[in-house]
Amino acid sequence: MAVNYGTQRITPGAHFGTRDWLAQRITATLLTLFTLLVIAEVVFSSGPIGYESWAAIFAPQWMKALTLAVFVSLGYHVWVGMRNIWMDYVKPPGIRLGLHVFTIVWLVACMGWAVQVLWRI
Amino acid sequence: MTEVTRKRPEFRNINAFTDLTTYRMTPAAWVSILHRASGGLMFLLLPLMVWLFDVSVSSEISFAGFTSAFSAGVGFVPGWLFKLVVLAIIWAYLHHLIAGVRHVYMDATHKVTKEFGKSTALATLVLSIGLTVVLGAKLFGLY
Repeated sequence: MAVNYGTQRITPGAHFGTRDWLAQRITATLLTLFTLLVIAEVVFSSGPIGYESWAAIFAPQWMKALTLAVFVSLGYHVWVGMRNIWMDYVKPPGIRLGLHVFTIVWLVACMGWAVQVLWRI
Repeated sequence: MTEVTRKRPEFRNINAFTDLTTYRMTPAAWVSILHRASGGLMFLLLPLMVWLFDVSVSSEISFAGFTSAFSAGVGFVPGWLFKLVVLAIIWAYLHHLIAGVRHVYMDATHKVTKEFGKSTALATLVLSIGLTVVLGAKLFGLY
């Protein structure tokens, strides 16, 4: 069997997932901070929690822009994670490719919907 | 280069019901597989989460639909089942978040002793399940 690690590894075209590995952790950190921000906004909002106070959280333009950045981060984060799952459990290339395409379509569709919701507030 | 490069044993045709149930999983193993399971679950339920976001922020009327989904249900799904699905999302989010913090902390600090792995894994399980129970009790109106 060909050796594909260490000094013998075949390098052309491969980036061994380091970029995705790092991106997954950076997006995870951003998602965590955003979660804490939204919780803080809910906890420190004045008056009873209802439509007005909830929608007001996402009303400022900076919050819309930040939420968009978080949605995109979420998409990338989920893409890396789901691709890992498919690569671990699904071996036939055709089925794996199909699942990869499904994952991308699913995520992009959800992100598009979320963007529409965001700028409707 | 004889003993060292000997082929690693390969296990094939693992039966999910007779073989997997005999595995003695450590707390860290449970956190690991549940991290993956919770991530996959949230991926599948992502449209539901976007829908919840949509109806909760779009208007007063849609917000009323949002709240009635929990009490009266939505479509053919009764309210209690809807609450149960949302509770599953709550658990998945909590577990994924807490286990993720543990993961990134270990990556950043290289704190990977056996004891640290076990204690943080137990803390992750206790926190995520505990918070899910607390929020679930609220969701089902126990307090």
